[in-house]
Amino acid sequence: MSGLTAMARVLAAETGTRQAICTLRHLHVAARPIVLVPITLAGETNAPLAVLVGDDRDRPQLIVTNRPRVREERLRFAERLGAELLLPIANLARRTEVVPTTRRTTTVRRRAVEAPQIWVPNPAGVEFLRLLGRMTRFRSTVGQWAVAPSVPTLGIWATWFAEQSEFADSSVLVATTQALTAMWATGQSDLEDGNLAALMAWIDPPPGTSAADAAARAEDTIAFPPAGPATDPQFDAVVLEPALRDLDAAPDDQVRERVLARLASGLRDQMQPTWDRVWRAIDLLDAVPAAPHVAVRWERDRERFYAFADYLNTIGLPQARQDGAVRGARRLTDLEVRKSTFDAQRAYDDALVMAEYRLSGEAFRGIVVDADADRVVRPSSRRVRRPLITVTTRDPARLAPGDRELRDPQRPTQEAAVIDVESDGAQTRIRLELSGGLGSGTTGPAPSGSVPAVGDVVTYTRLKAGGYTHRGTFPNREDTPWTHGGPPAEYYVPTSHDAAEDWS
Amino acid sequence: MLGIDERLAAIRGSSDRKRHNARTLAALTTNPGCARRAILDAAGVHKDKIAARVGHPTEIGKMSKIAVLRGTFFEQQVKAEGGAEMLRLLRAELGLPIEQAHYEDLGAAEVDATDPRSKREQSNESRYQLTRQAMRMTAGSGPDAGTMFASPMLRIAFGGVWVYLEPDLVAFQIGDKFHIVEIKSFPIIDEVADPGKVAGALRQAAVYVIALQNLMEELGRGRDLVSPEVLLVCPKDFTNQPTAAVRNVRKELAVIRRQLERMDQVREILRAVPQEVTFDLAADRQGRPTRSPADLKRALNQIPARYSPDCLSNCEMGRFCRSEARGSTNVLGRTIREDLGGVDSTSMAVALATGRLRPTDDLEETAHLLRTIYTMRADCLQGAS
Ligand code: SF4
Repeated sequence: MSGLTAMARVLAAETGTRQAICTLRHLHVAARPIVLVPITLAGETNAPLAVLVGDDRDRPQLIVTNRPRVREERLRFAERLGAELLLPIANLARRTEVVPTTRRTTTVRRRAVEAPQIWVPNPAGVEFLRLLGRMTRFRSTVGQWAVAPSVPTLGIWATWFAEQSEFADSSVLVATTQALTAMWATGQSDLEDGNLAALMAWIDPPPGTSAADAAARAEDTIAFPPAGPATDPQFDAVVLEPALRDLDAAPDDQVRERVLARLASGLRDQMQPTWDRVWRAIDLLDAVPAAPHVAVRWERDRERFYAFADYLNTIGLPQARQDGAVRGARRLTDLEVRKSTFDAQRAYDDALVMAEYRLSGEAFRGIVVDADADRVVRPSSRRVRRPLITVTTRDPARLAPGDRELRDPQRPTQEAAVIDVESDGAQTRIRLELSGGLGSGTTGPAPSGSVPAVGDVVTYTRLKAGGYTHRGTFPNREDTPWTHGGPPAEYYVPTSHDAAEDWS
Repeated sequence: MLGIDERLAAIRGSSDRKRHNARTLAALTTNPGCARRAILDAAGVHKDKIAARVGHPTEIGKMSKIAVLRGTFFEQQVKAEGGAEMLRLLRAELGLPIEQAHYEDLGAAEVDATDPRSKREQSNESRYQLTRQAMRMTAGSGPDAGTMFASPMLRIAFGGVWVYLEPDLVAFQIGDKFHIVEIKSFPIIDEVADPGKVAGALRQAAVYVIALQNLMEELGRGRDLVSPEVLLVCPKDFTNQPTAAVRNVRKELAVIRRQLERMDQVREILRAVPQEVTFDLAADRQGRPTRSPADLKRALNQIPARYSPDCLSNCEMGRFCRSEARGSTNVLGRTIREDLGGVDSTSMAVALATGRLRPTDDLEETAHLLRTIYTMRADCLQGAS
């Protein structure tokens, strides 16, 4: 939390209406998102009970595990879910295009024209997919424990989606509550915001109801069933437990069918409200204009999606249980780098996000009061353009002479260095020396627009919105030091033990 | 002037005392600064009933029947056949060189129908004595007395009474020490478990460690006979098969000890509470409360609380305290107040931020911060539209 978000919360609480914390949307919203609402059986480890899934809000597919305590039935559930998810994924992976490049290179990179985007209600829904992936990706399609080919394939994809969602800049798997709270602040805490029903009540209250009242009502788990995957204990006691008992006791298929139908309708009642809320959330977010960098990041998602689909077609082995030491370290660096790039891009795109940095002193916005655009200096044998500008700001900027590599999102290729800083309490005067983004030559005036003019509003920050290439230096896989377990196997080859792994 | 126990009894009123257990004792550490909670818990008030009566029923402690059944089943399985599975775990998973172990069930209790005490009281006491005896014998029996005790009974003094505690298992002995074994039904998948659930289990285990240390001290044996390393037994991956992990609970021990000591200071807190405050629900013969909710609320208001959103998952009074704290920045999050320069009221924060309210001298700096934030926000939103 930070000052601006805290203020937005307080304003929401006082006015009773949601408050934007971004002026633009920083998440990609796909044209045809897939929504997945899972629920699991209490007390067991990620035992699927049912899902509502599909890309048509009016016709959700309901998949129910026929006997949730039976291992084979769970695997069959995975097979049926695979039938829903894998076809659209395969279709998308087939339509590809060449990644345009300005660099001279012989290798042609491809990407998918469109990538899949799955929406789950909350972070626990992401965890459901991760565990479902872990549970199914090592299964064998031959031998004593053979399962349908779609089962391990679904597992590998589920794992991929869950892994991607750990990266701040990926939009292929979205937890709805997080997408909403990244856009709006409510007059309640994070804890209450974690309940999709209460969050949507705040963000989009029914007409004629105050947000606070709507949210308070949404805490009644009978009228507003939880968004899963965990079920409401009352539902377990009143509907689920009796149905499971009757299933076990059913003397014949006819009775079993009847009980299953009853169970399915009970489960649907639990999931339908969440299904509707997720779609409503997608609409609300879709209505907010997307920030410029959204398309750039989605292109990367499409590239990664294509690359993984390609890997699956050629090598196709499941992801290992745990990362090897090198892959683990590389992954951590990637997580960090992609997060900081994402943060910077958001700030560049969105003045309200940048304001957080201005408040903490990592950026400032001000007015140019003096500019020497044509200044040329000779630090060594060469003459170079080094315009000087003076900016006044009321922001609590934390700067000292000698600070370098500041940038204005309006001129991302130009760098500024602080020459001196003068503060009179209310206002700070900062003199900056600019370099880069000024054309070649040193004679004549600087290209027009390349130097901010007196009266311009400028924002300078140390954030860098692109061009992070540093990935740390990691040894190659073969050179993994023995202290870290030696070189890992290149991919994980499942064993017969994996195929038989119990799921009880 | 009443003694502390009498005052706590008066606060509890005619209701029976809420029985604490390791989980509720461990939960005391989640909001240590709250006087309301300290008093309600020390007095053994049924907070869930109070919360329901004042119109804010709680979901805390409500568990799915299905989950409970499975948990019980798992525990029985681990303990089955004289702890055979446990022994296998100690050997295979933890590599302990235990040849064989004696398994003793301390769950049996003697109850005398003519005894005036309640059955439960008798059973607790008799099982505690049994445990005490077993521990005394084992602690003196030298290094190869490999023994596991199932369903022992320990106790801890709290709120002027004994709270009886039932650890799943106490294992003796691994390197001459007693170890608490905690059996949980959440899984360890590829050697990783849900950190929140692990933390909860360790806090509970730490309560047992303290109780067992106290017992050793009573027996003149020294607290260090009880290891701060506990064994967590959980289902492995997606199966019903148990696996074990060793965790050191030294940190948890310190936190819980500190909190238990704090609770000794209930006397201090009580001093600020008016004598007539009681949470008696005045139940009728069917057990239905007859006390008016308004009256009950007034009693609650007399003891200061310290609400934060975490209360919703840790204390039965959470929703009530939230509604009482309405208008305070505490309702919005733990750090909001600090983020906004220490202002407690949302309306005041907004009034200062918009300049509607002129700050007093001591608030000058805060007001400046709030105005800066507010103006930045307003400018950005205006620029965007
Ligand atoms: S819910 Fe109320 S009584 Fe319980 S700890 Fe929080 S503030 Fe204290």
